[in-house]
Amino acid sequence: MTVTFEDAITRYDPVLGIEVHVELGTRTKMFDDAPSPAGGTEPEGANELVTPVSLGLPGALPVVNGAAVEHAIKIGLALGCQIAETCRFARKNYFYPDIPKNFQTSQYDEPIAFDGHLDVELSDGTVVRVEIERAHMEEDAGKNTHVGGADGRIHGASHSLVDYNRAGVPLVEIVTKPITGVGERAPEVARAYVQTLRDIFRALGVSEARMERGNVRADINVSLRPSPDAPLGTRTETKNVNSFRSIERAVRFEVARQAEVLDGGGTVVQETRHFHEDTGTTSPGRVKSDAEDYRYFPEPDLVPIAPSREWVEEIRASLPELPAARRRRLQAEWGYADAEMRDVVNAGALDLIEATVAAGASPAAARKWWMGELARTAKAQEVALEELPVTPAAIGELQALVDSGRINDKLARQVLEGVLAGEGSPEEVVTARGLEIVSDDGPLLEVIDATLAAQPDIAEKIRGGNLGPMGVIIGAVMKATRGQADAGRVRELVMERVQG
Amino acid sequence: MSDLTRLTAAELAAALTAGEISSVEVTQAHLDRIAAVDGDVHAFLNVDAEGALGEAAAVDAARAAGEELHPLAGVPVAVKDVVVTKGQVTTAGSKILEGWVPPYDATLVTRLRQARMPILGKTNMDEFAMGSSTEHSAYGPTRNPWDLDRIPGGSGGGSAAAVAAYEAPLAIGTDTGGSIRQPAAVTGTVGVKPTYGSVSRYGLIALASSLDQAGPCTRTVLDAGLLHDVIGGHDPRDSTSLPEPAPSYADAARQGAAGDLQGLRVGVVNELGGEGYDPGVRDAFQKALDTMVAAGADVVEVSCPSFSAALAAYYLILPSEASSNLAKFDGMRYGLRVEPSEGPVTAERVMAATRGAGFGDEVKRRIILGTYALSAGYYDAYYGSAQKVRTLIQRDFAAAFEQADVLVSPTTPTTAFPLGSKLEDPLAMYLNDVATIPANLAGVPGLSLPSGLSDDGLPAGIQILAPARQDARLYAVGAALEALLLQQWGGPLLAHAPELAVAR
Repeated sequence: MTVTFEDAITRYDPVLGIEVHVELGTRTKMFDDAPSPAGGTEPEGANELVTPVSLGLPGALPVVNGAAVEHAIKIGLALGCQIAETCRFARKNYFYPDIPKNFQTSQYDEPIAFDGHLDVELSDGTVVRVEIERAHMEEDAGKNTHVGGADGRIHGASHSLVDYNRAGVPLVEIVTKPITGVGERAPEVARAYVQTLRDIFRALGVSEARMERGNVRADINVSLRPSPDAPLGTRTETKNVNSFRSIERAVRFEVARQAEVLDGGGTVVQETRHFHEDTGTTSPGRVKSDAEDYRYFPEPDLVPIAPSREWVEEIRASLPELPAARRRRLQAEWGYADAEMRDVVNAGALDLIEATVAAGASPAAARKWWMGELARTAKAQEVALEELPVTPAAIGELQALVDSGRINDKLARQVLEGVLAGEGSPEEVVTARGLEIVSDDGPLLEVIDATLAAQPDIAEKIRGGNLGPMGVIIGAVMKATRGQADAGRVRELVMERVQG
Repeated sequence: MSDLTRLTAAELAAALTAGEISSVEVTQAHLDRIAAVDGDVHAFLNVDAEGALGEAAAVDAARAAGEELHPLAGVPVAVKDVVVTKGQVTTAGSKILEGWVPPYDATLVTRLRQARMPILGKTNMDEFAMGSSTEHSAYGPTRNPWDLDRIPGGSGGGSAAAVAAYEAPLAIGTDTGGSIRQPAAVTGTVGVKPTYGSVSRYGLIALASSLDQAGPCTRTVLDAGLLHDVIGGHDPRDSTSLPEPAPSYADAARQGAAGDLQGLRVGVVNELGGEGYDPGVRDAFQKALDTMVAAGADVVEVSCPSFSAALAAYYLILPSEASSNLAKFDGMRYGLRVEPSEGPVTAERVMAATRGAGFGDEVKRRIILGTYALSAGYYDAYYGSAQKVRTLIQRDFAAAFEQADVLVSPTTPTTAFPLGSKLEDPLAMYLNDVATIPANLAGVPGLSLPSGLSDDGLPAGIQILAPARQDARLYAVGAALEALLLQQWGGPLLAHAPELAVAR
């Protein structure tokens, strides 16, 4: 491919549409009392978390999981959506071995939540409002495993296995309206949108929302048009992009690929595409066209869902603080500047700092540790901050040692080094390494006298009132005490000596 | 007791409770009768003698030990093969489920087992309950005990014939457009389609989810009430199940049996009973109506103009829902699996080959109809319009029930027709259900009981309809009419049926 993203974006205006599926963490499945693998039940093997309902056996009937409806309403409310006064499930009919009934029970023209928005903050503080078309409930499919071919693909496989453990897991699908006007920031917006949603799912407690486990899956629609006032171009839908980084890469690739097609006078084919992690590229899946007719009709086995307004308001009143509100509150409490707060959020240090402050450190000190020494260590080790082997409580303890004057900043860094090396709590490291500040003036005076005697010229200058070279003496004393002296006290003692 | 199979379920229950007979005797008598006549009648697809006798013996032991038992404990019952029974082959009359053993019980079967009623076996039916003659069973037709060359009705011809031929005192049927009532009418028995939601659908292999309803097939109205009491009631596994508690239908039947219809407003539906109805059927209906009037009922004529579109709406809604309900039969998980005879063996091709080989013509016809009716661009014109007709029919019923307490009509336009006579003409076959279909579209309950013999010597039925949730009214009125007719006839209509040849 010769066209780059940067190049493409100078000539085309990208439009995004994002569909996010989140697996709800309810104990049981959407229509069934089988335990749900997304709700904390780990199956030992295939087809264990199944009942006649999730296997779609003849005669079995669905019953709506009330907890899943409550979760869906929570998500809708958190996204500023209207909650339907009455809504229905429909059947989406298509034949595929991973759906046991050969139809998926899903909401079609009557979603439980609609017309919302989500404000997404980018890394530089820019806020982009994403309009939400709808959030609807549906059930997940099982999983096919193709055996005997290359890379588990269906092509060349000798047979396929189906595991219905996941079949019937409750999903909420959140669909955006077209996201326009974001230009070159489209990849970042796509990523930040899904990340923000993920944070909301966790704050609401509706899902573990772990991308790597498939709890959250994104389908990314991309189209290009020559200018922002031109009609929307033909879109492609890139399926199941399962990491934040992949979301950015998939958008970048599709923008560049479609630009190249359009540059060459071609037309973009409306189709489903698959993203390949290894190459960062997409390739065509099945062609999406009118030929695909799901023959939707209202699910006759289920009565309409009519959440009472009282219930919806109860749920609204019980919503936990959402991530954006929490950030605003913490910033105000901590007195951080906008840029400082942004850096903290971008570094993923918010929870850690909050816990460190809770452990007794000042917000400034907590930020200094996590955004300074610890951020550098994490970067050097190429791990996330929260993966470092140190707890916010330990940082709080470390800062308390500094605040009490038992160690100074330099010693504190050595103590931290010990904590990170697994030598124990800050207190234990101080004791084991003998790092406490030397507060007895006797041994210190001996070192100071020796230092002054060794450098008579400098001692003379200081005596004459020129305090410029004082640092040389203090530095030498600190070096001789291996940093265990309090620099302020050293200064006082030197002054006493030269003046006395 | 000379022949236990001739007793009604109520009589059997009384004799069992009194200790005059044992459940093993009763069950064995019916198994013997099945062995004697079912070679000709073919009401059963499979018989579970061991299971039924085992339960019967357990009930007898429990009774001997002084345990408190359900009034129907020990009274055997037959179950239509569209209802799943744990550990017992269930096929819905289709090749595609040949040999399938369900791992669970339908809720109504659980309730039969809780009442400790021995299950004799599974009864024959049109494949997936699609038909009005039981000729569409993949396992061969059931024959009408009144005339073995005639159809027993359908889809539940097996259950009706089993009861009519004294092979079972009670049977379970399901009624999507008349599959309980029409067979009852043409076999001289009683059948009730309860209010939609009265009996759980959990474990009924779905034909059309919004129309299907299970109910009793019996020889008397009281027996139907007794069986309905066992299988009815709320089920949390069926979202469309009615939540409120129901009164005893057996009590309603007992109260009605006094035969007093004073002040009852009986609505005769103009649209059901005119053109297309055999004169003999109409005569029997009129005599039954006269009997009601003589007992004090007031007759009012009611008009339900939208009923003329009922059959058309039904044949859009039913196939639409069925096309989706039957999608699961694809050879991937259970039942028949057929690999394509040539070419690659892919999932899609196995599904196609399995469905091609496993479904009969009538099932394929309706799947194609339904798939078409739900297709993009046709949905509004077909499925959408049919749902509007449904609303109009509900309004017609609501208006009619303002003028009348119950509505009545002949259950079917004709008596039992000869086997094979309508197989090549689906539309003629569909017309059998013209009087029964409106009740399914509106969800109201309907009961059919014998109205008399037609001029051809075959039984005809009268259908009584009541507003939704007023099933008790059906049992009260039905039992009254039944008592009055039995007085006239000097005994049950079934006594006029010829004795079946008994296999040795």
